[in-house]
Amino acid sequence: MLDAAKDPSSGHGYLDGLGAEPTTGRRGDAPKPLIVRNPSILVFLTALALFTLTVTVLSEAVGPGLISTSFVKTLGKTLCLCLVAIAMDLVWGYCGILSLGHFAFFGLGGYMIGMWLMYERTRDIVATAMAEAPIPPTDAEIVDAIGTQIFGVVGSSEFPLVWAFADSLAIQLALVVLVPGVLALVFGWLAFRSRVTGVYLSILTQAMTLALALYLFQNDSGLRGNNGLSGLQNLPGVAAPQSVVSLWFFWASAAALGLGYLLAAWLVSGKFGSVIRGIRDNEARVRFLGYSVEGYKLFIFAVTAMIAGIAGALYYPQAGIINPAEIAPIASIYLAVWVAIGGRGRLYGAVIGAAFVSLVSSWFTGGQAPDLPLGFYTVKWVDWWLIVLGLSFVLVTLFAPRGIGGLVDLWTERRAPDRHGADLGPDPGALREQEATE
Amino acid sequence: MSTLLEVSGVSVSFDGFKAINNLSFQIGKAELRAIIGPNGAGKTTFMDIVTGKTRPDEGRILWGGKNRSLLAMSEARIAREGIGRKFQKPTVFEDQTVRENLLMALKNDRGPLAVLFYRPSAADLQRVVDLAEEIGLQDHLARKSGELSHGQKQWLEIGMLLAQEPRLLLVDEPAAGMTPEEREHTTALLVEAARTRAVVVVEHDMEFVRRLDCRVTVLHEGSVLAEGSLDHVTANQKVIDVYLGR
Repeated sequence: MLDAAKDPSSGHGYLDGLGAEPTTGRRGDAPKPLIVRNPSILVFLTALALFTLTVTVLSEAVGPGLISTSFVKTLGKTLCLCLVAIAMDLVWGYCGILSLGHFAFFGLGGYMIGMWLMYERTRDIVATAMAEAPIPPTDAEIVDAIGTQIFGVVGSSEFPLVWAFADSLAIQLALVVLVPGVLALVFGWLAFRSRVTGVYLSILTQAMTLALALYLFQNDSGLRGNNGLSGLQNLPGVAAPQSVVSLWFFWASAAALGLGYLLAAWLVSGKFGSVIRGIRDNEARVRFLGYSVEGYKLFIFAVTAMIAGIAGALYYPQAGIINPAEIAPIASIYLAVWVAIGGRGRLYGAVIGAAFVSLVSSWFTGGQAPDLPLGFYTVKWVDWWLIVLGLSFVLVTLFAPRGIGGLVDLWTERRAPDRHGADLGPDPGALREQEATE
Repeated sequence: MSTLLEVSGVSVSFDGFKAINNLSFQIGKAELRAIIGPNGAGKTTFMDIVTGKTRPDEGRILWGGKNRSLLAMSEARIAREGIGRKFQKPTVFEDQTVRENLLMALKNDRGPLAVLFYRPSAADLQRVVDLAEEIGLQDHLARKSGELSHGQKQWLEIGMLLAQEPRLLLVDEPAAGMTPEEREHTTALLVEAARTRAVVVVEHDMEFVRRLDCRVTVLHEGSVLAEGSLDHVTANQKVIDVYLGR
């Protein structure tokens, strides 16, 4: 089991506006606003805005097309992966729950929006085709034809119950957050109240993920079995070309990531953050302070599941297709690997890890990386990349538990910490700050 | 004197071993009490039972003026009812500052939503400063508690207990590993705390118990062997046999 990473962001706690006010008992000034206390938020949002602007200007739809539409989609998908990594960091890096199920919530979000996209698009196609018939089709005929189109591949033409609201965008959008949220609540309630923790909880979440994937693989699951949902890149009723649509989704993903980052930063900044980090470091102590640990875990588990659902709902329209293989446990394990490599317990670490590792992954496994001839053996990256990734996960865990984000500490730690005149060491006789600077 | 906590006829066994055997114990509303006993006498198990960590096989635990049973409550609920517990090993949140530790312990609404929207009021911050002064950590409020010395961590934990404003404080070997001056400060803290609330100190060290100058309960094999002043119990032949004589 991995130790929870030391949390560097606590240096920007909600009490940073306050000095030590030693013996005088003077009242503290009011705490400063979140962004002032936590400069990394501003840095992150600025970087994200600049990145979005650059990609937009260079895209095929707006600018010279230096960035191809398919690469805009790749970048947009990467932003969604960064968002789900933030959710993972909240639940694992801050609250200490190593969930191997958050990619399942991500996939569920994708399925929920995918149902609407596929239904409406199929209806457009069917309606166009039938409009040429001599007798105008009735509504029932159209619905039957949509059913045959969508479920023909699994040998059915009936709409399963889960598609009851597929024609309503509003309801399916609500389900994007409700389905992952409710599943997380039910699962979390059962797991947390039985005081399942640590490795056992990870295994349990993985079992949930596997069960869900296996269920969706069945043809009678109602979600087209291993065919999954496809054609999701087309927005029904929108004539705009893919170059424009891809940019819309890219913007939406960037906005969601920005808002998700703000929400997460707010969640972990105050006393709530203090309590969940306490749960990570010593659950029993938090319980004896009178906090209902289970309630807090359930809250963070469900909120992060909903964030993951939103990320998935933005990801799969850009990917164009979703199938149950996306939900397989390995995806959730990758998620944990990204967060670990990027740096647990700091939000920008999760973003860096997800962006860096997923982009490098798709470069290596996409066949673009040149083979490495060693004379006696040629390293084909498509086969060897996973081994490199696994190895770097082990190395990071052992030798750099702060991950890539830890590099930031090398810079910030060069400044001496402000100790407000307190002793520099643990003993009363240690050097005072005043003496040390003389 | 009215009773705050009444434990009667409590037994608990682990795999056939009776850790607590028909134990009865009472403590008043503002009283300092030391519990002593050899290893395995059931001191820590007794604390586990009162704080809800361990469920007894039989017996009653009544709490407060209204004589409510603690048996059906969760640990967190019992803590909110006003029973604070200090562990043997100092357990503070080492990754957080002294101020964050104290604020987390401060008596306030403990629900997730209330905590999420919580902003420390001026009164809360003042209370934290006062507490820090009481435990001698006023110069260390902005420091990570992991940087504190062993004794300072112990005091911080006592400070966190006081911040909870409990009506009963259970303290497990507070003086272990402390220097003589640190012990003196700890004694003063506990005696002061017991003016307004009940304080139960589990202790191994007779010298420390003598300093506390309070009524003593001797546990042996899961039940009360003797109770009274330290001089009274140390003169008891049974106590000498099981505790002092070996």
